[in-house]
Amino acid sequence: MKEIKISTQNLTLHYGSKMALNSISLDIPEKKVTALIGPSGCGKSTYLRTVNRMNDLIPNVRISGEILIDGLNIYDKDIDVVNLRKKVGMVFQKSNPFAKSIFENVAYGPRINGVNDRRTLTEIVETSLRRAAIWEEVKDRLNDSALGLSGGQQQRLCIARTLAVNPEIILMDEPASALDPLSTSKIEELIFQLKYDYTIVIVTHNMQQAARASDYTAFFYLGELIEFGKTKKIFTTPEKRQTEDYITGRFG
Amino acid sequence: MKRMNHKIKGGLLVGASALSVVIIVAVVVIILLVIILQGKDRLTWEFLTSFPENGMTEGGIFPAIYGTLLMVLIMTVAAVPFGTLTAIYMSEYANESSIISKSIRFAVRTLATVPSIIFGLFGLGFFIKFVGGGMDNMFLGGQLKWGQPNILWASLTMALLTLPVVIVSVEEAIRTVPRELREASLALGATRWQTIRKVVLPGSKAGILTGTILAVSRGAGEVAPILFTGAAYYLATLPHSLSDQFMSLGYHVYIMATQSANVDETLPIQFATTLVLLLLTFSLNMVAVVIRHRFRKKNK
Repeated sequence: MKEIKISTQNLTLHYGSKMALNSISLDIPEKKVTALIGPSGCGKSTYLRTVNRMNDLIPNVRISGEILIDGLNIYDKDIDVVNLRKKVGMVFQKSNPFAKSIFENVAYGPRINGVNDRRTLTEIVETSLRRAAIWEEVKDRLNDSALGLSGGQQQRLCIARTLAVNPEIILMDEPASALDPLSTSKIEELIFQLKYDYTIVIVTHNMQQAARASDYTAFFYLGELIEFGKTKKIFTTPEKRQTEDYITGRFG
Repeated sequence: MKRMNHKIKGGLLVGASALSVVIIVAVVVIILLVIILQGKDRLTWEFLTSFPENGMTEGGIFPAIYGTLLMVLIMTVAAVPFGTLTAIYMSEYANESSIISKSIRFAVRTLATVPSIIFGLFGLGFFIKFVGGGMDNMFLGGQLKWGQPNILWASLTMALLTLPVVIVSVEEAIRTVPRELREASLALGATRWQTIRKVVLPGSKAGILTGTILAVSRGAGEVAPILFTGAAYYLATLPHSLSDQFMSLGYHVYIMATQSANVDETLPIQFATTLVLLLLTFSLNMVAVVIRHRFRKKNK
């Protein structure tokens, strides 16, 4: 296996008294696409949200265990969540651009980091939009509201917005589940290009998507990690019975 | 037989509710008609821009308009930031189920139900006697300046009265900003405060504005809170500093109706003044409605 970017050790998470993740141990390799699959409520999204500590926002969440990113435990007391989230970007299920212009959406991250120079911002915005494969579509209307874009464009804009902060890891929570097939394939192509520079973790309900777009696959079921390995192997010769049942559509 | 009974009951209910509606509409129409008909002849440019004369039986109401607007302005400057910060705390920081959050909510609700005259008494006791008197003793060696009614204390008292209106409408507006947008901002490495300032507050601008306007229209018409805290019977000059007293529209009507040497002669002025006050609060409410409507449309 390649270099490990995110190493999860015995991660257990409770919502109140309900256990959502049960002692997850999972090593996610650097600059690869890792897909998290499993039926609804299996904990895959919850796990994803522990990696940038988005779960901190929910009251009554208790977490034990460790997540090491580049060897540092992100649940350590000294860790600055704000810096962590700059390093670990996130793309959400529902595209969520701000009610601002296309330019300002992408410039948002750099701006809160103190970048105010117009030229630098323009450069970052262009590079980010290009990397998210949406530049050609929006270059003539950067000052228009982002809310006027189509769903697929909005999602790629959100990816550009994430790239503008220059993260090392990108978490994607079913980024294409609300999109039409054409927009979905654009997002998948994009993921394929991004993995050369970023470590990508993607939650998906779509088996074909996981099989097509990812290098590694982790199968979650009822808050537990059932199986993890190379995508090719998981989809052809899974070791566990539950994994096989799920990917062949027998339940879930 | 039973069916019949239902029909009669249903008919009665429809009749009763229709009657209630008619009565309410009639009351509003009568009030407006009386005030407009009796006040409109007096309502001239001259009336709006000149001082009262001849024991208030003649002349205009300019100082009362000026005083009301100034008081409302100071009140807004005090109430809106304070109320907005409270609303931010309650919706963004406080844990819904915590005792602190519940007590704040209880306090705001209580504040909204306190009779306005109590605010007036509180203003007298707290702002004038305690704060003002204390300032005089501390900085002016006991010389009376701040320890008496003035426009500052009246405006602050009014600010307390309108605070719940501001808090409730701002909080409501803040809560309509989708959680997804807050998450997007936080996920980009923004701090909570950056998220509030750059995403939440811009998203609730219209709510803050409507809250402000509703507070202003409420404050413009209230008399009780300023009765002991700063409103004057008659002043020959406009207020020049925060320690001056002021005239106000609502209070002006009250004194003309009860304290004037010749109540009958002031009657047309009373109606015209009431009409001005009504137009002021009515137009402010209309502005609030329009803003809210446009904002809702934009959000869809």
